[in-house]
Amino acid sequence: PAFSLFIFTIARDPLRIIILIAGAFFWLVSLLLSSLIWFIAVKASDPQDERLQKGLLIFGVMFSVLLQEAFRFLYYKLLRKAIEGLVALSEDGCSPISIQQMAYVAGVGFGLMSGAFSMINLLADALGPGTVGIHGDSQLYFLTSAFMTMVLIFLHTFWGILFFHGCEHRRWWEIAAVVIMHLTVSGLSFRNPLYVGSLVPSYLLMAAAAAWAYLLSGGSAQNLRRFLLCKC
Amino acid sequence: MITFMNNSDSEEEPCNERTSLMSAESPPVPSYQDGLQASEAGEAQAHRKRRAGSSRGPNNIAGGEMSGPGVPVREGILENEEEELTLKYGAKHVIMLFVPVTLCMIVVVATIKSVRFYTEKNGQLIYTPFSEDTPSVGQRLLNSVLNTIVMISVIIVMTVFLVLLYKYRCYKFIHGWLILSSLMLLFLFTYIYLGEVLKTYNVAMDYPTLFIVIWNFGAVGMICIHWKGPLQLQQAYLIMISALMALVFIKYLPEWSAWVILGAISIYDLMAVLCPKGPLRMLVETAQERNEPIFPALIYSSAMMWTVGMAKPDTAARGPSQQTWDAAEDGREHLRSPSHAESQMAETRSPVPTRPVTSLEELEEEERGVKLGLGDFIFYSVLVGKAAATASGDWNTTLACFVAILIGLCLTLLLLAVFKKALPALPISITFGLIFYFSTDNLVRPFMDTLASHQLYI
Repeated sequence: PAFSLFIFTIARDPLRIIILIAGAFFWLVSLLLSSLIWFIAVKASDPQDERLQKGLLIFGVMFSVLLQEAFRFLYYKLLRKAIEGLVALSEDGCSPISIQQMAYVAGVGFGLMSGAFSMINLLADALGPGTVGIHGDSQLYFLTSAFMTMVLIFLHTFWGILFFHGCEHRRWWEIAAVVIMHLTVSGLSFRNPLYVGSLVPSYLLMAAAAAWAYLLSGGSAQNLRRFLLCKC
Repeated sequence: MITFMNNSDSEEEPCNERTSLMSAESPPVPSYQDGLQASEAGEAQAHRKRRAGSSRGPNNIAGGEMSGPGVPVREGILENEEEELTLKYGAKHVIMLFVPVTLCMIVVVATIKSVRFYTEKNGQLIYTPFSEDTPSVGQRLLNSVLNTIVMISVIIVMTVFLVLLYKYRCYKFIHGWLILSSLMLLFLFTYIYLGEVLKTYNVAMDYPTLFIVIWNFGAVGMICIHWKGPLQLQQAYLIMISALMALVFIKYLPEWSAWVILGAISIYDLMAVLCPKGPLRMLVETAQERNEPIFPALIYSSAMMWTVGMAKPDTAARGPSQQTWDAAEDGREHLRSPSHAESQMAETRSPVPTRPVTSLEELEEEERGVKLGLGDFIFYSVLVGKAAATASGDWNTTLACFVAILIGLCLTLLLLAVFKKALPALPISITFGLIFYFSTDNLVRPFMDTLASHQLYI
């Protein structure tokens, strides 16, 4: 689904593609830094201690979430400057791409990258021989991973919109809400072999975020109804 | 192997052309400028560029931004309209370059992943004489550095040789050389490649069929590249050729040497293009002085300028040969935004009718293209291919390098917009790519693996 989002909405306009790739790049850099931190922490600690390792992992994840949000913020700043440049260059004083579109594209960029990183090795291995869950792990591993990844990609997209909107209007609580949501989702994934615990709340959160983002972007229940019923 | 080595000399030539990004041609010749001015007025502006404090949109630098004679009035009115066009074109051009680079990388990665031939070590090229099978780390490092030095010096010698030939107008020799190397590339390498692919998929093919297929492929390729042909076909061939060349490099360059060579080449590229005495810079300047395109053969151009009835007297001599000499091998050339050179051609290549041009200054262009040297393609693909081949983090690393290279390309184009002259396309992208490769392989991979095994998501 994320890929089709890409094709339908982004591939048309080259500027959007550039923003997308740049977004992906920023996510990548944040991932890099967070894994650097984690790596250092692991090396500095005792490899035998299970609980410590797990604790470090959790710490790493949280830190990574925070870093991702920080990078999203940086990216926002960069895009603001870019918009100013674009406006200055364009003839009628309005930029060819609005900040909301940028928010959307940035979100998709982040999401795609994170999704790709989460899924792709899995997919590659899935092509090979083997049975899932042969060691007593859940047999739904692939399926849940796929769903989780999808939810995460969508979430990133919505978070992008919310985040940028929050920054635009200086509503700090929106930004805080995004960060908290992100942390929550990651935290939920800790309870993972217990899929009910992680997938369902994540989906609920996603629905909430979707509705919120939709409202922010100017949609309304009326629009929705009109769209769904008929395109007349 | 031996035959391979012998043959590979001709392949080196183009390898040696450095690739650089060239933005606007700023030729001192007035008529040239006029033409350029005209073309610019048509679409994007040049002057704007000066003012264009474009933070993001890579501006399409269309040719000479010189305030030449033809400029006068245009500025005022057209400017604004053109600004926006410029930006749009700018972004468009970046995409026009993204697509072929991506395609090339995809081909290389797909081949590496599926055909095992290219990851087996069957020997080394004669240009990297030192083996890396030594027991100690220090020795291995030393060998790879020595290999790099040998390779780079070969490249330097070849480039200087080529520049000298160009300077002294030995065009026939250059032509012959390029044709020979592209011949070899098209036929021999394709044969090997096809053989390996068929072997991998266990498909049997008899010799006559093989012969016919390769003959057709090669012949059409030669025509397309060196003479005329539909633009997309030419682009496709150039991509194929770059991919083949990259595959050869990936196979025959030993591990550490490959990385050191990539690093060294980007430094060399930087120097060769930017230093006043650099061979590539001289090449560019000479070409500009003579109003000739720089070896269209060795560069990939994303769009053709279609001109009808160019009334420039000096272009008569150029003739059709320009359009497409192709350096199947790597000519790492200059990236230029406006294919102003093509504009010189009085060729009516395209099927798209352009308005009849009456004045000397009107240049009809369908689209302004951007050009990137083939060597750039090749080295980008080598980086990504090596990442795919040797990284234990597999796809993550490959993906990371891919994104890094694209971003580098974007930044380079941005700089092109700002500086408006030939720029090396390699350094930024390769630096990013290398950084990301090493860091992803060593740092991110353990992290992601652990996350994945616990099914945690960040």
